[in-house]
Amino acid sequence: MSSLVRGERRLSARARATVLGVAVLIVAVLVGLLVGPVRIGAANVLRWLFSFGDPPQGMSEQQALILADLRLPRVIVAGLVGASLAASGAAYQAVFRNPLADPYLLGAAAGAGLGATIAVAYGPSGALELTVPVAAFVGALVGVGLAYGLGRSTLGGRSTTSLVLAGVAVASFLTAVQTFLQQQRSETLRQVYTWILGRLGTTGWDDVRLALPSVVLALATMLSVRRLLDVIEVGDLEARSLGLHVARLRLVVVIAASLATAAAVAVAGLIGFVGLIIPHTVRLMVGGSYRSVLPLSVLFGASFLILVDTLARTVVAPAEIPIGVITAFVGAPFFIAVLRRNRRAA
Amino acid sequence: MRLDERAGVATALEVRDLSVELGRRPIVSDVRMDVPEGGWVCVIGPNGAGKTTLVQAIAGLLPRSGSVRLWGRSIEELGRRERARTIALVPQLPVIPEGFTVEQYALLGRTPHLGLLASEGPRDLEAVAAALERLDLGWAATRRLDTLSGGELRRAVIARALAQEASLLLLDEPTTGLDIAQQLRVLELVEELRRADGLTVISTMHDLTLAGRFAHRFSLLSGGRVVAEGTRAEVLLPHVIAEHYGARVGVIDDGTLGWAVVPLSGPER
Repeated sequence: MSSLVRGERRLSARARATVLGVAVLIVAVLVGLLVGPVRIGAANVLRWLFSFGDPPQGMSEQQALILADLRLPRVIVAGLVGASLAASGAAYQAVFRNPLADPYLLGAAAGAGLGATIAVAYGPSGALELTVPVAAFVGALVGVGLAYGLGRSTLGGRSTTSLVLAGVAVASFLTAVQTFLQQQRSETLRQVYTWILGRLGTTGWDDVRLALPSVVLALATMLSVRRLLDVIEVGDLEARSLGLHVARLRLVVVIAASLATAAAVAVAGLIGFVGLIIPHTVRLMVGGSYRSVLPLSVLFGASFLILVDTLARTVVAPAEIPIGVITAFVGAPFFIAVLRRNRRAA
Repeated sequence: MRLDERAGVATALEVRDLSVELGRRPIVSDVRMDVPEGGWVCVIGPNGAGKTTLVQAIAGLLPRSGSVRLWGRSIEELGRRERARTIALVPQLPVIPEGFTVEQYALLGRTPHLGLLASEGPRDLEAVAAALERLDLGWAATRRLDTLSGGELRRAVIARALAQEASLLLLDEPTTGLDIAQQLRVLELVEELRRADGLTVISTMHDLTLAGRFAHRFSLLSGGRVVAEGTRAEVLLPHVIAEHYGARVGVIDDGTLGWAVVPLSGPER
């Protein structure tokens, strides 16, 4: 019988990673709820959690409010953003068969940023709730489409780096357009800036409501086709010989990943490298199959961003470091490591 | 008696007027081919003759003109998934996914048998286990692909094709890059599968001696056209090879060593 049935080493590696992932997520959520300028003891936080929001005895109304309206939504949004960026990174890597694909490096995040900026600066000010995510989504698709098209047509498309080069060029261009628009509409400048530098500082339940539907839809779509992402790994020609409609799957997955990226950018601004760090770390644990890589990226991505966000708001408290600064600090060296490894393999 | 000579055998593959243009350049022109069920037909020809293109066009992977019929049905009629349940392709340079185990890789062969969002059932895992077993890779199921030798890797690719449970096996240069023992091992395994399961085999091959020893019939492709077709006694002749490959060879067929194509140039040290 097959080892997938008997549960040998590979499955147990996945099982171990899943247990670890759940444990880390629980710890991350607790840390996210515990840490902050107002001290609320661990016991209180736990009691509050298990009383489902009713302030337990020995806890002030104010402490309960801090947990319910500040920390909890922020932890949830950070988790959603981390899960989205990590899963999108893994999904882009799969459909472009490129280990360096990442929502940030591909131009998806920059496109989403430009779209959102246009919505903030030129859109009707009453309907930002709706226009920002939609514009971010369109922008993300345009960004990825441009990067993919450029990478294939002008740079040969064969090498892993050409897509990333194209992505970087597209991202710079879109960011330049975004900066120009911001300067044009200086009255909205402040609003856009706060948002670009990571809006998690002002996160509330509105953001949860804004991101949740897109994130759930996008993650469900990506997870439901994770087996097929494995098929793409053998290249378009062989995947087609196995009966897969590669172009259609690629389109569906790019749309889903861009939707997740857009949702993340719309609530949290531009955060790079999560889509690179998390899937590659997961691969080191469980190998290359997306059956494991994708769900575990969701799990570890959520934990990672919750922890990074907690770090971002404590290191220089009461001020905050933009999350993107921390992820870039970790992610850029990581990117170089992946690039080197990839060069050696090729 | 050889299968292809038996009367009343079904035609597995019928190719008529098959032409493929890539970037407006004709690569394969007006190919006609008939492969009986359970037969082994080898497409031979010099580098650049269009062998790989022909194989990929038969698998329905390239835009083409002309008709390709499998057991009487055109490949368009079959649709992509049923086509993949009928034809399994082993490409010349398979893309080896990183970080996959042999088993995960062979499992990809089950793709055309699974609904879009379905996951594998016990039936699929059995098919994979059986395929690995038959290619002597049962022991390697949980090994990573990148730990395998060239011969083992080639067998893993064939195991994936076998897990497809297709009735027509398309092998594009199945022996490239293997040492002589591994070449024989791969071809003997294919022959065993053909005999035991009644698989129909189409392969391209450069080694004419091995081709002549394993295949029943030969299509010699040159400049994208079939210039000779028939048994080895009809096609693999010194003057035919000289004309289309531009190489001086001899063909020997003696009682002890059997049949072989031997090169006749070189300094002969």
